[in-house]
Amino acid sequence: MSTPVPISLVVNGEAHDLVVPPRKLLSDVLREDLNLTGTHVGCEHGVCGACTILIDGRPARACLTYAVQLEGHELTTIEAVAEGDTLSPLQQALHEEHGLQCGFCTAGIVMTFEAYLRENPAPSEAEVRDVLSGNLCRCTGYQNIVTAVLKAAEAMRGGRGA
Amino acid sequence: MKPAPFTYHRPASVREALELLARYGADAKPVSGGQSLGPMLNMRLARPAHLVDLNDLLELDYVRNTGGVIEIGGLTRHHRVASAPEIGRDLPLLAEAAATIGHYAIRQRGTLGGSLVHADPAAQLPLVAVTLGAEVVLRSAKGERSVPADEFVQSIMTVDLADDEIVTAVRFPQQLADEGSAFDLFSRRHGDFAIVSVALTLRLDPAGAICALRLGLGGVGPVPQRQTGVEQEAIGCLPDAETAARLARAAAAAITPEDHPQVPAAYRRELVETLTARAFLRAAKRAGVTA
Repeated sequence: MSTPVPISLVVNGEAHDLVVPPRKLLSDVLREDLNLTGTHVGCEHGVCGACTILIDGRPARACLTYAVQLEGHELTTIEAVAEGDTLSPLQQALHEEHGLQCGFCTAGIVMTFEAYLRENPAPSEAEVRDVLSGNLCRCTGYQNIVTAVLKAAEAMRGGRGA
Repeated sequence: MKPAPFTYHRPASVREALELLARYGADAKPVSGGQSLGPMLNMRLARPAHLVDLNDLLELDYVRNTGGVIEIGGLTRHHRVASAPEIGRDLPLLAEAAATIGHYAIRQRGTLGGSLVHADPAAQLPLVAVTLGAEVVLRSAKGERSVPADEFVQSIMTVDLADDEIVTAVRFPQQLADEGSAFDLFSRRHGDFAIVSVALTLRLDPAGAICALRLGLGGVGPVPQRQTGVEQEAIGCLPDAETAARLARAAAAAITPEDHPQVPAAYRRELVETLTARAFLRAAKRAGVTA
């Protein structure tokens, strides 16, 4: 039972052939097998949002998914958000607005809002707070994160590569 | 927090999935969004020997209007239920409730069928299904049957579902265009399980009095509860603040909540009263617009 199985995973546009036990969480496969340690692991039961990544462009908890389930899907992690040294508008806004302190939760927040701002490019503050409720941050008190997301949304609306 | 070992199956069709469930019976567990089962596996509250992944069964991800009945596939994700324009138009109560489930990322994965099968007493979708009088469609390798939602949900996390069955669809009666409805809940933190939730629909006659009202309460017992006594009491009343207060008091008096140290019965009653009045007034405002 549960012998390791071969799988092929596409992460950030790159295909990887792996052999993993079916019960191995996607979060652990990303970190341990693929060395993509930007995805953080907090609660491991879907509450904290730290491990949020994108499955086919939609945000999901990596800790509630098994890597074996994701053959044939496109995964995106925090490592693919910046282009070289150029931060995404959302990352840049978080930097400018001091939207993080220790940074543990930040990857999950970035992945959540990279997807959300594509779906809703002009969110209200209430909408941003509703979505942000899925990501726990113990440092900032959230105010600067909300400011940063709204600023990023404006920058992204204002023009490409803001 | 890692799950116990299991053998993984990824059926490509409903038929194949049902054959696997028939073969492994109680040793197998179907998984769809995994937003409730995943934590249970990680915490080892569930330890199935076989996990049958339903996520490839895209034929169960649909919304279909079949003449006054909106049939929604079991694999339809909460986010789609909350945001599909046709659900917003034909089942506004369901759309409003689905938008409050967990968080944005959770709603991308969690499914209608999964939520009903999990039957958490605090969950939104079983409450809406019971309030609107939905039918749950179940299929096994042996055939298909459908069960009224209020019979399907039997007790806390206990439903009328055999080991070899899955929920393939839920059939909701389409809400009438002149019907007002509202969903409301209270939780300590935004997105947490609700302590109390309220689902309410109402219609007004040409004179402006209430001619039909449905009231469902969640979090007040093991399963969602229709408050038929309160529903009867509403008939013929005007949809004003006075009626709201009276019906809300009646709803609070009608329940027999458990007394918890963290959630005393009196507190839950107060929540029922406040949320019922709030939902009533919001539904009243929405009623009759297109009449």
